[in-house]
Amino acid sequence: MVEQLLKIRNLKIEGRSDEIWNPIINGIDLDLKKGEVLGLIGESGAGKSSVGLAAMGFTRDGCRISGGSVEFDGVDLVTASAAVKRSMLGKRIAYVAQSAAASFNPAHRLLDQHTEAPVQHRVQSRSESELDGIELYQRLRLPDPDNIGFRYPHQVSGGQLQRAMTAMAMSCRPDLIIFDEPTTALDVTTQIEVLAAIRDIVEQFDTAAIYITHDLAVVAQMADRIKVLLRGDEVEEADTRSMLSDPKEDYTKSLWAVRSFKRPSKPAVLKGTMPIVSLKNVSAAYGKSPVLFDVDFDIHAGRTVAVVGESGSGKSTAARCITGLLPPSQGHIEFNGEALPLDYRKRSKNQLRQAQMIYQMADTALNPRSRIGDIIGRPVQFYSGLTGTAKRKRVEELLVQIEMEPSLYTDRLPGELSGGQKQRIGIARALAAEPQFIICDEVTSALDQLVAEGILRLLAQLQDDLGLSYMFITHDLATVSAISDEVVVMKDGCVVEQGPKAEMFQPPHHPYTDLLLSSVPEMNPDWLTTLLKTRGVDNIGDAAVKKM
Amino acid sequence: MSWAINLILILMVTGAVAWGFRFVGQRVTGNKPFYRDMPFAIAFGYVFGVVVIVGAMLYYFQPIDNKGVPSSGVVFFRWAVQGFMSFAVAAYLFRLIGRHVGTEGTRKLFRTMPLTAAFGILVIIIYAVVSIFAGAIAPFGQEEIFANANIVPGGNPLLGGNPEFPLGTDQIGRDIYSRLIYGAQNTVGIAFATTCLAFFVGGSLGFLASIVGGWLDQLLSRAVDVLMAIPALIFALLLMTIASVWSNQLGIDRTMFMILIIAMIDSTRVYRLSRAVGQNIVVMDYIEAAKLRGEGMGYLIFKEILPNAMAPLLAEFGLRFCFVFLTIASLSFLGVGIQPPLADWGTMVKDLSQFINFAAFAPNVATAPLLAASAIALLTVAVNFVVDWMLHKSSGLKE
Repeated sequence: MVEQLLKIRNLKIEGRSDEIWNPIINGIDLDLKKGEVLGLIGESGAGKSSVGLAAMGFTRDGCRISGGSVEFDGVDLVTASAAVKRSMLGKRIAYVAQSAAASFNPAHRLLDQHTEAPVQHRVQSRSESELDGIELYQRLRLPDPDNIGFRYPHQVSGGQLQRAMTAMAMSCRPDLIIFDEPTTALDVTTQIEVLAAIRDIVEQFDTAAIYITHDLAVVAQMADRIKVLLRGDEVEEADTRSMLSDPKEDYTKSLWAVRSFKRPSKPAVLKGTMPIVSLKNVSAAYGKSPVLFDVDFDIHAGRTVAVVGESGSGKSTAARCITGLLPPSQGHIEFNGEALPLDYRKRSKNQLRQAQMIYQMADTALNPRSRIGDIIGRPVQFYSGLTGTAKRKRVEELLVQIEMEPSLYTDRLPGELSGGQKQRIGIARALAAEPQFIICDEVTSALDQLVAEGILRLLAQLQDDLGLSYMFITHDLATVSAISDEVVVMKDGCVVEQGPKAEMFQPPHHPYTDLLLSSVPEMNPDWLTTLLKTRGVDNIGDAAVKKM
Repeated sequence: MSWAINLILILMVTGAVAWGFRFVGQRVTGNKPFYRDMPFAIAFGYVFGVVVIVGAMLYYFQPIDNKGVPSSGVVFFRWAVQGFMSFAVAAYLFRLIGRHVGTEGTRKLFRTMPLTAAFGILVIIIYAVVSIFAGAIAPFGQEEIFANANIVPGGNPLLGGNPEFPLGTDQIGRDIYSRLIYGAQNTVGIAFATTCLAFFVGGSLGFLASIVGGWLDQLLSRAVDVLMAIPALIFALLLMTIASVWSNQLGIDRTMFMILIIAMIDSTRVYRLSRAVGQNIVVMDYIEAAKLRGEGMGYLIFKEILPNAMAPLLAEFGLRFCFVFLTIASLSFLGVGIQPPLADWGTMVKDLSQFINFAAFAPNVATAPLLAASAIALLTVAVNFVVDWMLHKSSGLKE
């Protein structure tokens, strides 16, 4: 019998809003043995992070543990004194946050932050801890482990920072680490490095872990067992393999089914048709540093062109060139065969109306102080001159189009909507201009999978009804295969490969396309192991990219 | 040196009692987390607080009259405590009324309001009413001169007072009570107008600089840097001296110049803030969306940026109002601000300031200059209470 490490019984957490305590977690049980990895999944607001933090006897500001017990190695952390908790946290229980960039102190070097916990808890002296840190960096396969610790957080990449944070959590060799979405903010290619590093080190030191994520494919690689949460309640819990092959509950099945959405491909475009938008040898630069080199592709009426690549590959820059926010230094952009003025300020109202944009972060894309009716109504009034009742009717039509009830939502503020609803409002605002062409900039990457699927279905529906053309910027290949007709792969500001979707997903690929395709996590628990074997364990990610 | 030894003794005894307090607390409550996790410093704080309150109460009940000589310290302390108590009670009652009268929205507002904010709002309302209806409330005119100069406040004939003038008369025989009321109108009204002007100018230019950027931003920002490099009060004094010559030549009231000058100096501070706030907002995607729609500058500033910059600007408005108000009082005190015979609190403090020398043996006489000074202090404190509360509300923090 393996030793029981963490025992949570009937945990209840409440959050305070408008002077009332609302339940966040309604009684959850959780068991974790030594060296075991438990995956916690669920959509946002399911209470995953709250449970993760409660495993350290901690709650966010404005929340409280209102019932139940959190027994860690025989000590109940809910009732333990501050001194007892202080002796445990950092030393026996560690935490790895979602955004390493926001969690490191930008004013101190990595290694200085690494040594804080061991010195504080008197586990190691400072110099011992520094040597140990370098060894951990080596094991986590950080480049140049001897010197990377002397850099400041802004001097290393996001994936490296996330690994440095995992090393920091390991510094006292804790019994339990809580990983709160450690790879959600990373690219697929970087994600693999971090996943492999985390999995190795957790195995090497026989550390127990709670792995919180909303990505099923990721949790399938990491966890021994999976627990599914929904709005503060447990849906079900099972071994990873049995959970993946045979989910019991409807909700779990619906989570599993998300990736099955695929719209039928459209027939190939006839030769010689006039494209709606076409980039002709576009190069662009931010100041003096060039970011886009000789980019050339077409978008045809009623089609979806997916632009794929990791961050920094120039996908969004290409979109900024089309909208005119960043005038290209060379080349030009044609709209229905006519060259567009390069700067958006020189474009006519009608030219501006034809190309609309939907943004990644609906939070920053909608003015938090405007009501929904005004957000959608403004472009209606601005472009078509409708006012009063006519304008209100048009707004209602648009809300119906995005499947939201007008009487409920017209007078709300964006803050009162969920993430998916905000994104729908973003779509409605683009539609309000009655455009022919919409740029979708990572519109689903900030959303839960179920919600994201709903948005994709809506976009596909709108395309069929209104004959819209989309330029779909994404780094998620599952989304690409779901919605696109044509694919453009970009890397370092150049188009690496382009063509119809069916061709792109069939070998032979360009090596970079191959790397991207093989980096997408699959729902098979052996996927990561197999992939690392084929790539050779030592040259994951970084090395694989460098080889090309 | 005996006081130092006493102090050390008191601190030591307090420390011992604090330790005992925590120890007894742990035993009696069966080790409740409140006592169990209490650091020694916190326990010391509790006991020290009790010691201070007890000491204050002992001091409060000392006799006022020490063998025919009034002990001023006790008198002033009593006034302070009585004033504090009555304001607290008034604020509490005001909040209680607010919770039961009015629409659902205002009642909810009053339910979540801390007592300090209720006090601030009450004081601001009183000042507003007094300054608007000054003519009806004041028993005498602000320029009326009576035969009896230097009547002591308090209205007690035995101490040199006169029931007809409850707050006494000043050095040339004008009723201080009436002048305080008219002072609210002059000082507060002018300060409000000045602050509004400063915000209009500084806010618009700041947002404009943050949207346009580039050379316009450079030009405005460097100009503001130059203006901010000159000490504000000295700069205002200098400009007021120049303006006094112009006002005679052009026949424009000097107060007009004062409003313009202080507004210009203060708008530089507002510019800094609104530019910084604006720069955080213009990078948002909704601004980009509005720009791509082809919206004009006016729409961007007033519809997209301003509503989102409201919270920090309102907070700054409260603070800035206090500063402007104090600047006007300072200028009047120095003799270049609001000109006599108009009543102004700054001038009133200056005119009667000599009386402060009587504080040691005649508390009532020394009150004369303090009346106007406390009118200034009260408004400043009240505005800051309200601003703190608004900031807290807009920051979205609960509790």
